[in-house]
Amino acid sequence: MMRFLTSLLLGLTLLTAPVYAQNGPLRLELDQGIIEPLPFAVPSFVPDSPAAAQYAQDITRVVAADLTGTGLFREISSDAFISRVSSFEAPLQFADWKAINAEALVTGAVNVSGNRLTVRFRVWDVFSGQELGNGLQFAGTTDGWRRMAHKVADQVYSRVTGEGGYFDSRVAFVSESGPKNQRLKRLAIMDYDGANVQYLTDSAAIVLAPRFSPTGDRLLYTSYETGQPRIYVLDVDRVRRTELNTPGGTMSFSPRFSPDGRSIVYSLIQGGNTDLWKMDLASGQSVRLTNTPAIETAPSYSPDGSQIVFESDRSGTPQLYIMPANGGEATRISFGQGRYGTPVWSPRGDLIAFTKQNKGRFHIGVMRTDGSEERLLTSSFLDEGPTWSPNGRVIMFTRETQGASGRATLYSVDISGRNLRPVRTPDGGSDPSWGPLQN
Amino acid sequence: MNVLGKVVAVGALGILAACTSNDPSDLGGGFGNGANGGGLAAGSPSDPRSPAYFQQTVGDRVLFAVDQSTLTPQAQTVLQGQADWLLANPDFVANIEGHADEQGTREYNLALGARRANAAREYLISRGVAGNRLTTVSFGKERPIEICSTEECYSKNRRAVTVLTGSTLG
Repeated sequence: MMRFLTSLLLGLTLLTAPVYAQNGPLRLELDQGIIEPLPFAVPSFVPDSPAAAQYAQDITRVVAADLTGTGLFREISSDAFISRVSSFEAPLQFADWKAINAEALVTGAVNVSGNRLTVRFRVWDVFSGQELGNGLQFAGTTDGWRRMAHKVADQVYSRVTGEGGYFDSRVAFVSESGPKNQRLKRLAIMDYDGANVQYLTDSAAIVLAPRFSPTGDRLLYTSYETGQPRIYVLDVDRVRRTELNTPGGTMSFSPRFSPDGRSIVYSLIQGGNTDLWKMDLASGQSVRLTNTPAIETAPSYSPDGSQIVFESDRSGTPQLYIMPANGGEATRISFGQGRYGTPVWSPRGDLIAFTKQNKGRFHIGVMRTDGSEERLLTSSFLDEGPTWSPNGRVIMFTRETQGASGRATLYSVDISGRNLRPVRTPDGGSDPSWGPLQN
Repeated sequence: MNVLGKVVAVGALGILAACTSNDPSDLGGGFGNGANGGGLAAGSPSDPRSPAYFQQTVGDRVLFAVDQSTLTPQAQTVLQGQADWLLANPDFVANIEGHADEQGTREYNLALGARRANAAREYLISRGVAGNRLTTVSFGKERPIEICSTEECYSKNRRAVTVLTGSTLG
């Protein structure tokens, strides 16, 4: 008998199931330089009633889109299927799935009762005929169906790769419309795949660079609503914002949360000079972290909170530096040709993503935290502002096109440099901030 | 003719607001492109005491080289003219906007725009204008006036614009 681990989705709060006990032999090793995506089949999840039919179909499509969107998986079209899966409990004919070269198989069932939706699923290693992990079910309200699909896909990704997923996550960004010289900007939030866009501000004032808190409950951003760029913190659920009181300077920007969410690091301009400061959110007290005539901006904490990587032009051009989280001596880590900016520490702690400007082109790149093994992942007229997926495998960024009709679009790219793709948004998009996996 | 009429109309609104507000900053928010931005451009360009004269004849902006905030001799000449005008018209206050072209990250350009605005402000102060009449703001690369992606446009976008934001006349 298969045992089902059950997790309950109450409203949008989801209690995650215990980690599955064992792994089958099927394993996609992400660090081995994957060239060929892993072929998988996901027959439409089985609805247990006519009311569940549309949900079953939609959930199956989102699961498939999540997996293929990684560039690591290739979906086998249902046209090729030999077997049909008309019952979730019936034994599978693995030979039929082997025959069409499916290496992984995802089966599922959907139950709808009133506005309550339950999704059950299993992941199979076709060649061994073994289940990967245990069957699992997610339950919640019908309007949360996309999240449940993302949860299923995260489990599949995780069981096949051995790494955390990133599909049940949200991205905050700046929605852009209008020409370059009169661009209208609004803060917005959406699912990682561009669904469920919600606007958090109107376009009356320029807004820039939202940054998620570690738990995803708050956003820091910069707004010109007073006429000056200043930092605000916004409660995502209540869409309520508070201006943060920064000391003795009119302009503040480029804020980012500490990993414990209790303080922020940001840039403050005083007398035309930009330095880094840190603010304790409970007391509102700020302390200075840098004190140089150079520009210091774009700070980002290491995941353990002990260090800050930032950008400074103290050497004459913008370069990347790391200093202790309470300030002190900074060590330069970027030494390649060109100008480096907007460093962001990977959630895994191993890499720093950055923007590089060299010979008239912009690149998104990654390097180790000591500056070694620099790799450029993209190249265009203007790429900037990387943000990491929760598992540290994918980077989202802004790409702006050239000329009078130039337009900003969100893109994502795998840290291998493969799978560059636009992220669909209703209007233009810039300054993405990828939030954590949701609970 | 049409253009002139528009300038006068915007200017008239500005004067009205100046008379009803004790806070000159209420009139702020220009983007360094004159009437479009909401700064004062009041009066006739032929009246040397008018904001329109300041904007068009004295010159309200100075330009910078790539990634620079140092004032060129040409910029210093313009700023000297601005200082003379501000000293002769002590009732006006100004907000100096610093801008960058699109070559550079958003964050760096915000900081660079602040350097440029401050360079202009410091120069005006060195020529005798009281510091409390001069505020600054950086727009980074958020508000270019020219939208092509060539040096011809970039050179006009790398600027500090002195926007008259009000008159202290009560």
